[in-house]
Amino acid sequence: MITLNNIHKSYVMGSSKLHVLKGIDLDIEQGEFVSIMGSSGSGKSTLLNILGMLDNYDDGSYHLDNRLIADMSEKKAAQLRNEMVGFVFQSFNLISFKNAMENVALPLYYKGVNRKKRNTMAMEYLEKLGLAPWANHMPNEMSGGQKQRVAIARALISQPKIILADEPTGALDTTTSYEVMEILKEINGAGITVIIVTHEHDIAAMTQKVVRLKDGRIDEIIRNGELKAFRHTYTKELETA
Amino acid sequence: MLDLDLWKEILSALKQNRMRSFMTAFGVFWGIFMLIIMSGAGRALENGVLEGVKAFATNSAFFWTERTSIPYEGFQRGRRWIYDNQDIEYIRQNVKEIEYLSPRLFGWQQGGDNTVRGERTGSFNIFGDYPDYFKIDGWTPVKGRLMNEIDVRQKRKVCVIGERVEEMMFAKDEDPIGQYLKISGVYFQVVGVIHPETRINIGGGKKEETIIIPFSTMQTAYNYGDEIHFFSVTADKGTSVSELEEKLKRILKERHKIAPDDMQAIGSFNIEAEFKKFSMLFFGIQALTWIVGIGTLMAGVIGVSNIMLVIIKERTQEIGIQRAIGATPGKIMLHIIAESVFLTVMAGYVGLSLGVGLLEVLNQILLRAGDEMFFRNPEVNLTMALSALAVLVFSGAFAGFIPARRAIKIKPIDALRDEG
Repeated sequence: MITLNNIHKSYVMGSSKLHVLKGIDLDIEQGEFVSIMGSSGSGKSTLLNILGMLDNYDDGSYHLDNRLIADMSEKKAAQLRNEMVGFVFQSFNLISFKNAMENVALPLYYKGVNRKKRNTMAMEYLEKLGLAPWANHMPNEMSGGQKQRVAIARALISQPKIILADEPTGALDTTTSYEVMEILKEINGAGITVIIVTHEHDIAAMTQKVVRLKDGRIDEIIRNGELKAFRHTYTKELETA
Repeated sequence: MLDLDLWKEILSALKQNRMRSFMTAFGVFWGIFMLIIMSGAGRALENGVLEGVKAFATNSAFFWTERTSIPYEGFQRGRRWIYDNQDIEYIRQNVKEIEYLSPRLFGWQQGGDNTVRGERTGSFNIFGDYPDYFKIDGWTPVKGRLMNEIDVRQKRKVCVIGERVEEMMFAKDEDPIGQYLKISGVYFQVVGVIHPETRINIGGGKKEETIIIPFSTMQTAYNYGDEIHFFSVTADKGTSVSELEEKLKRILKERHKIAPDDMQAIGSFNIEAEFKKFSMLFFGIQALTWIVGIGTLMAGVIGVSNIMLVIIKERTQEIGIQRAIGATPGKIMLHIIAESVFLTVMAGYVGLSLGVGLLEVLNQILLRAGDEMFFRNPEVNLTMALSALAVLVFSGAFAGFIPARRAIKIKPIDALRDEG
């Protein structure tokens, strides 16, 4: 599904150059539930942005669904994003003057689906996430958890192959965080690859594979079987903290 | 593409900042408003002036005599000379390009009343004319008739009078037709009351205070002999009256022994040249209107562009979201340009309507004021309105273009990171 080969990325900050990703090799299979962890500045958001075609990489190669993602025009990238990827953000990023249903329907608008059809579909997805009664509410009338669920519905509506979530629980309390994670798990259960960036160990522990970044390199990858051990270490870390 | 969602977004974006949208729109509004008002006023002046001259033959030229300025064939400079009846035949034989030729005598009296009827007296401008004169400078009979060929041939003592003459010399309920006026000691029967169709005034005085009598009668009755004071001619179709003017001056100089290079001896002017001056003036007014109007409009448009830049800046994050979920740069660009065009066109439309409305009110006031004004029918024609609209749409798109370019230059990732 996703194959990253020696990805390098640096940002130019004025006169100095910040080398953020220093050669990332990563394979993610269809249907995996992956979390990317790391301290701030380790490059986890940059990696997610490259995966989501929001940002270019300098060196290496990125294959998505056996397609090389490189040097695309903005138009092509936008279409591919629309088709392949659903985004969930920490700050929800709903459009403030559109109600829940319209927000969810937006990706279909860019796809050229007619109004009636996309609103019906948006209602379907809202219903799946238990938000049907809130369809006509504006984002500022909803709680954080509700907003994030709207955002997830919006990410799902274009039936993407991958959901990319940047700190999806970062702005939520623990209970709501767990609810959101449950939803993401369900989505993953339906066969969609879910990749989240988080710095919370308990959130990461709910995924099947944890990719730890450190200074722009992959420090370790903890897989399914080893997650128990990870949980163990994590608890120990908590205790010592 | 331009569906309901787009309009909703545009409206909500503008609504979020009512005051700012209003102020911005006002710039455009004012620009187009001024353009319309100025253009309408310019047009009104043009209409007013053209209305005043439209019944005047545009292919006409006029000649009178002045003192010579160059000695020639034994005559000294400063000689007084005058046209005579033979000139008419001479011109007819030698210049074939003439349509109408009308000699005139000026019968103005210095000071004092020249016209008497019972106890009423008045001082009027007396002209001796041929009927052809009415074909050059249009008059319409309000009562009775105009002068005709028979009046001239039989040297009838008849006259046609201006409306002001009727007013002064006759009581309100009196019918002037068939009555007599004593003009400089000779009785003339009134056969018509006439109304001037043009404002071009040849020979001075108010046109309404004119009395016209047959040319031949005037020569005989007042001892003018075979003198002619003034010629009016019109050129045949296809002949330039300016050329005709030159030709006539040449042969008249020849006949009256005036140096060919004497520029002062014959006074003349032709309406064609005057019309050209007028059209240049009106062209100038319209051009100036557009320059100033477009300038004002540009200021408004730059305002719109500026405000769009601010809007883009405020909505950076929103644009980032839209692009992350699949909006192509083209769509974003279309959206911003549409918003700008919408703002411009709406403001422009209001300006256009108010401008046209004000002109209409002005028109009504002017209509009530009568036809004494050199200002008539302030109007905006369809071409004008359509071109203003085209300018608006174009400038709206232009105003949106730079901000739109900037918006799509922002990388979606930067836009999303902008948490302001």
